[in-house]
Amino acid sequence: MTVILRADRPLFEGADWDFPLIDRVHEAVEKVGLGELGLSIYPNQIEVISTEQMLDAYSSVGMPLFYKHWSFGKHFARNEAMYRAGMQGLAYEIVINSNPCISYIMEENTAMMQTLVIAHAAFGHNHFFRNNYLFQQWTDADGILDYLEFAKTYIAQCEERYGETAVEHLLDAAHALMSHGVHRFPRRRPADLRSEERRSRERREHEERVFNDLWRTVPGKEKAAEDKTAEERRRALLELPQENILYFLEKTAPRLQPWQREILRIVRQVAQYFYPQSQTKLMNEGCATYVHYRIMTRLHETGQLTDGAMMEFLKSHTNVVFQPEYDDPRYSGINPYALGFAMMEDISRICREPTAEDRNWFPAIAGVGDEMAVLRDVWANYRDESFVLQFLSPRLIRHFGLFNVVDDANESELRVQAIHDERGYRRIQQALARQYDVAWTAPDIQVVDVNLATDRKLILHHRALNRVLLDEKDARLVLQHLADLWGYDVVMKEIDPGTDGVLKEHAASPRAGILQAL
Amino acid sequence: MHIVDRRLNPGGKNLANRQRFMRRAKSLIRKAVHDSAANRSIKDADQGGEVALPTHGMHEPSFRRAAGTGIREHLLPGNKRYIEGDTIPRPEDGGGGGGSEGSPDGEGQDDFRFALSRDEFVELFLEDLELPDLAKRKVTDAEAVSWQRAGYAVSGSPANLALMRTVRNGLSRRIALKRPKADEIARLAAEIEALEADPAHDDDPAIRTRLAELRAERMRLERKLSLIPYIDPLDVRYRRFDPVPKPVAQAVMFCLMDVSGSMTEHMKDLAKRFYALLYIFLRRRYKHVDVVFIRHTHVASEVDEETFFHSPETGGTVVSTALEEMRRVVKDRYDPAVWNIYAAQASDGDNTASDNERTARMLTDDILPVCQYYAYLEVGRDAEHFPPGFMRRDSDLWQTYTAVQRSGAPLAMRKVTHRRDIYPVFRELFQKKPAGAEAGA
Repeated sequence: MTVILRADRPLFEGADWDFPLIDRVHEAVEKVGLGELGLSIYPNQIEVISTEQMLDAYSSVGMPLFYKHWSFGKHFARNEAMYRAGMQGLAYEIVINSNPCISYIMEENTAMMQTLVIAHAAFGHNHFFRNNYLFQQWTDADGILDYLEFAKTYIAQCEERYGETAVEHLLDAAHALMSHGVHRFPRRRPADLRSEERRSRERREHEERVFNDLWRTVPGKEKAAEDKTAEERRRALLELPQENILYFLEKTAPRLQPWQREILRIVRQVAQYFYPQSQTKLMNEGCATYVHYRIMTRLHETGQLTDGAMMEFLKSHTNVVFQPEYDDPRYSGINPYALGFAMMEDISRICREPTAEDRNWFPAIAGVGDEMAVLRDVWANYRDESFVLQFLSPRLIRHFGLFNVVDDANESELRVQAIHDERGYRRIQQALARQYDVAWTAPDIQVVDVNLATDRKLILHHRALNRVLLDEKDARLVLQHLADLWGYDVVMKEIDPGTDGVLKEHAASPRAGILQAL
Repeated sequence: MHIVDRRLNPGGKNLANRQRFMRRAKSLIRKAVHDSAANRSIKDADQGGEVALPTHGMHEPSFRRAAGTGIREHLLPGNKRYIEGDTIPRPEDGGGGGGSEGSPDGEGQDDFRFALSRDEFVELFLEDLELPDLAKRKVTDAEAVSWQRAGYAVSGSPANLALMRTVRNGLSRRIALKRPKADEIARLAAEIEALEADPAHDDDPAIRTRLAELRAERMRLERKLSLIPYIDPLDVRYRRFDPVPKPVAQAVMFCLMDVSGSMTEHMKDLAKRFYALLYIFLRRRYKHVDVVFIRHTHVASEVDEETFFHSPETGGTVVSTALEEMRRVVKDRYDPAVWNIYAAQASDGDNTASDNERTARMLTDDILPVCQYYAYLEVGRDAEHFPPGFMRRDSDLWQTYTAVQRSGAPLAMRKVTHRRDIYPVFRELFQKKPAGAEAGA
């Protein structure tokens, strides 16, 4: 235990705060966060907002600026009504993955709450955004606000020019397909000239090194005839099969106007920006909660937080990390704060005081001592799915009493497949990991072909994992939007991946005058 | 680290989204508004408030998996009694307790409460209703004028002197003509004084010439000062007013009601609802709305609202007394030239037989000519069940008024027996009609 230097006096007493205090709090938190925990963060920008502005931010997916669409109005109306009725509190903070990292804090928060929020968002989330590989791969923190600004003005201009209704229909359609408007695998980036040159030089050097004139005399294969069929060529040209439906439409839908393509692109980019967040909810919250817990505890130890503030903090903290059990009326899924925080705590315990079981399960990290180094590595290199698969310890499975239930529509009863016992640990790890795996949770829908020669019908396949079909009503609506965008008939087949048999088929034809010019 | 205080930023960022949403949900909101209007009390009929909207109408679809097909897995916390291989009866909702498959944006709720402001509420409530064409004629005929500011004039009465403009003109003129400023002259004077105070000023030629220069300069400035006035008649401007014909922006609403013994509480309630609607409606169109309550049995009197609705009265029924009273009130206080006059009469239809003719005559000759609109609402008993095949005879008053109406008078008549009919009837009366159609039934 390091020697703790006690501060002369606490940062604040009582609930009131002012701007100099926020400054001092940030400084104190920074000292612990960067110094002791070794976080690396984007510069912070802390913005104080009112309740109404928080509601505003809520409904435009937490972004400070966003284009206009009725669905945001709907979310706003619902949030507002629920908030006014007291059914739902507001988040204490919203944090945006941008550089500088913007955290919104509410003016009503107490001084303790502001400290907590700064520790949680401005350091915890901020560190995660900056370091996690998914965010690095998929998002551009430097450019997002500028891009949103562009999107907002562009869409507003389109509304002015082509009418609000036309833009609204397009956005409706694009939003319906938003979940299938992301690239799930990083695409090959076109190489820039310099690296191209380097690669060709290396290739040449390699050829020079291994040059042997003998090879020339060896009879080679006949140069294979161009055996690609016309169909294969077409599919290659259209980049089929394609799972990013919005991308496919943007690039190939025959009847869209340029501005319509640009709007599809905007929706797609926004979806892509949020793609990492949906895959790292558990880790992101776990990381932020762990960080704020460490920082607050340390501030209290050094006398910078009063005992009263600490009590207030603990109350709020325990509320946040509360996990109701499955038969509790309050249960609504696994609380990412609770599980995330518990896993982070568990990892740091394994690093410091491992049991024999831990040594057996986690030989790489058990007893290494420096838990922050391990955690920083975890935060940088995992997403929820791999994180759970790797680090959910038997101890936690027992602690939460996790169990796995299988619901087969062909059977009359549910079956418990695994519980927290020796046989179940691995299976529970896997089952939980799958819950966080987009490849399992999002239906696998791909554009597979287009009848270019005849009626330009677009063909999609849904590979129905475990024979779980799409919700029919919704699928029909979305398909209708898809047909409107495509401009010709669309058919979607639900395929059983086991047998390749078609389970169900949906079809839609475009409505005249909705999106396409008449 | 930066701290930015955003609290002062303009709020209502979501207004545009909200409007788009309302436009989109208009038919749903309208229905909800009408449903909710039926349930609320008259007093706050025109207050804003919450309406419940069915969420499905505003559904945002996405490709998502359906419940109840294929094989699904759930991972739940809090196991207390199950061991591997146990079976659990499928819960009612088929979800296996699984919030795990909860839809992405919480789209699970049935309804959500949507708060409307008062204006939004009334707007939707009275949407596509309008005053009968008659009212418009009256508006354009209005003779009142109001005076409206219309820039500045070079002549006018002293009371209308536009001080700011005058002084501003003066200032620019003084700057343009380089009128010397007071402190310039004061500075010169001070300098001269200083030099004069110098004991050597008579002997030193340099000082003497300087003094002469300064004196000449002062002279020049003072001359200029007297030539260029501080305020010139040229600068003076007056506020100019133009007459604008003013539509009559005030209305009076006469509520006539039969309060004789045959009118039950239920009937009065119906009448009250109708009056309340009319009141809200007029309030939207006119800045100022007066309400006059006239109740009658065999005698009529003007009373306040409380008495009107709640004080019981006994006696016969002579409708013409109420019309007489109304005529008196109009004559005393509401000149038809400046007031838009609306009247709504509620009655169960009874009238003393001998009075019918007089009523019809008064209506045609005295009342209808001064009214924008006259609505007659015949309220019936709720739960009045007539044997099948039994035709209800039209009441005395109904027959009388039908005759009046047939002669082309702007009189609207409706029968109402149930609370739920009030609003449709009201809408029917004030429905926007193609030009030329008569307002009555």
